[in-house]
Amino acid sequence: MGQRTRLVLSRMLQALPALAGVVIVSFALTRMLPGDPAVYFAGPAATEQSIAQIRVAMGLDLSLPMQFLHYARDLLMGDLGNSLSTGQPVLEELARRLPASLELTLTALLLSCAIALPLGVTAAVHQGSWIDHACRALVTAGVSLPTFFTGIALIYVFYYLLGWAPAPLGRLDFVYLSPPDVTGFYVVDALMAGDFETAGGAMRQLILPASTLALFTLAPIARMARAAMLEALSSDYIRTAKAAGLSQRKIVYFYAFQNAMLPVITTLGMVFSFTLGANVLVEKVFSWPGIGSYAVEALVVSDYAAVQGFVLAMAILFVALNLVIDIVYTLVDPRTRSTT
Amino acid sequence: MADRQSVAPPIAPARTRRLLGHAVYVIGDNPITAIAFALFALIIGVAVFGPLLIPFDPLETNASRALMPPSLDNWFGTDNLGRDLFSRVIIATRLDLMISVAAVALAFVVGAAMGSAAGYWGGWIDIVTGRLIDTIMAFPLFVLAMGIVAALGNTVENIIYATAIINLPFYARVARAEVRIRRDSGFVQAARLSGNSDLRILALHIFPNTLPPMMVQISLNMGWAILNAAGLSFIGLGVRPPTPEWGIMVAEGANFVVSGEWWLAFFPGLALMITVFAFNLLGDGLRDIVDPRQRT
Repeated sequence: MGQRTRLVLSRMLQALPALAGVVIVSFALTRMLPGDPAVYFAGPAATEQSIAQIRVAMGLDLSLPMQFLHYARDLLMGDLGNSLSTGQPVLEELARRLPASLELTLTALLLSCAIALPLGVTAAVHQGSWIDHACRALVTAGVSLPTFFTGIALIYVFYYLLGWAPAPLGRLDFVYLSPPDVTGFYVVDALMAGDFETAGGAMRQLILPASTLALFTLAPIARMARAAMLEALSSDYIRTAKAAGLSQRKIVYFYAFQNAMLPVITTLGMVFSFTLGANVLVEKVFSWPGIGSYAVEALVVSDYAAVQGFVLAMAILFVALNLVIDIVYTLVDPRTRSTT
Repeated sequence: MADRQSVAPPIAPARTRRLLGHAVYVIGDNPITAIAFALFALIIGVAVFGPLLIPFDPLETNASRALMPPSLDNWFGTDNLGRDLFSRVIIATRLDLMISVAAVALAFVVGAAMGSAAGYWGGWIDIVTGRLIDTIMAFPLFVLAMGIVAALGNTVENIIYATAIINLPFYARVARAEVRIRRDSGFVQAARLSGNSDLRILALHIFPNTLPPMMVQISLNMGWAILNAAGLSFIGLGVRPPTPEWGIMVAEGANFVVSGEWWLAFFPGLALMITVFAFNLLGDGLRDIVDPRQRT
């Protein structure tokens, strides 16, 4: 077993406490409900008897540690309970809606990385130039923008005024049929089925919400890329490389850039945290049928199991993303090869 | 008493004066920080004197004047119920600031206490707080806030608690780091030798020295707290409809943007944006004053 394999495995083990913490907190959240959960879940027309039945069915008559064990067992079996308003199992609904959220989030992150990384790097290489000032202005303005407000502003400009974007109502206009389900990403699925018209339609629906989310994540990534690049450029090995007469291009894009990417990868974890939160707001603004808007609908009708299932699913997704980031970091950083 | 004073160097008058001079220098050097201070003063003024500034009752409906665009009578226009948007945006300032100030204050007090204890004593206190903070940070923070409000119940107080909890880790981390580097410094050892209790040393000797970085953290954090609270009310949590609040006003206005009535969502959103922007600029400015090394 190679050093790196062992490192990756130990990183995976380190994610376990976080996962345990997430499960404990989400258990605590399900028991914080004010009043008696059994009465709550039995609904307004409940009798004494049906409340007692629900109490036993939910295991609320057991001691707290036993309740936790039951909760953990249900989770392991993939049982997040049933939605109060639709009666469907929460896990099924989340799984059905997850691809929509992932499609939006990943597109947004790719878009913002594609803009923020070159911007941050250029700003650092030409420190003090107009592009550096533009980058700083964008970074400060970017973190001050409420995502939901940016989304509404984009809708007003690109849908109402210019008419370039389709109505902000979900993933696909009703004139198109949804493509055969393979990955769950409409654009990818439609392209795989060779249906370019539907792919175009899905892309047009996607571009505004993805831009909204990308504008929000642009700022932290650009800020970190600039700072990391500045730090790398002022380091000793760059001075040595310059003294050795290497070309500017090679110094910037080979030596400095590779080293500067490490702290940027670390920041991506925090950016993911913000993105998953902002995702909820963007989905609501654009009626995007992802897990965020599912949770918002559930919140409005106090559909309790659905919200907790959503929080847990998001947290597990986030722990998994952080794990991926850690592993990528381990694989990218040559220094982690010899140390543990 | 006299000899404790002689061994405790925290913020002496001369240093305070130097800090003030430095602040004046930095602000003079950077007009953006001056603008941020001016905006900050304006926002506080609007929050305090809001009820005196408004031309109309923010809750008064008037069906004959519904959905009027901005005019000389209604500077920001009127909403679908004919309420004056300018009055509503102004009145909302106080509530929005109150929610985020309360949340940040709570996060600061609890986070500073936890972080200081963890940094000073270390050992199991450090392990337990560390785990707790890691667990909070293992959630996407806005999503955790949603879950907390859903579990505790949908009220303004619970919005404050939820926002406080998701902000807690940042303060606890700063406090822990700042206390830890001073735990064994000369003035602390001297205070210990002259017979001060641990709690007294922590509270009166170490903690005041951690305040400048904590203040920076507060102002950097404030904008984010306002955004979070407004986001929660945007998705329908906490503040209930007729109450004027920026997040909920943007949410109500969002339905009219597709038919071209932009002012309903625009002005509350703009107010929110300017407030957050002012706090972020202020945070950057304060950081320059407190720690010139981190200047970007």
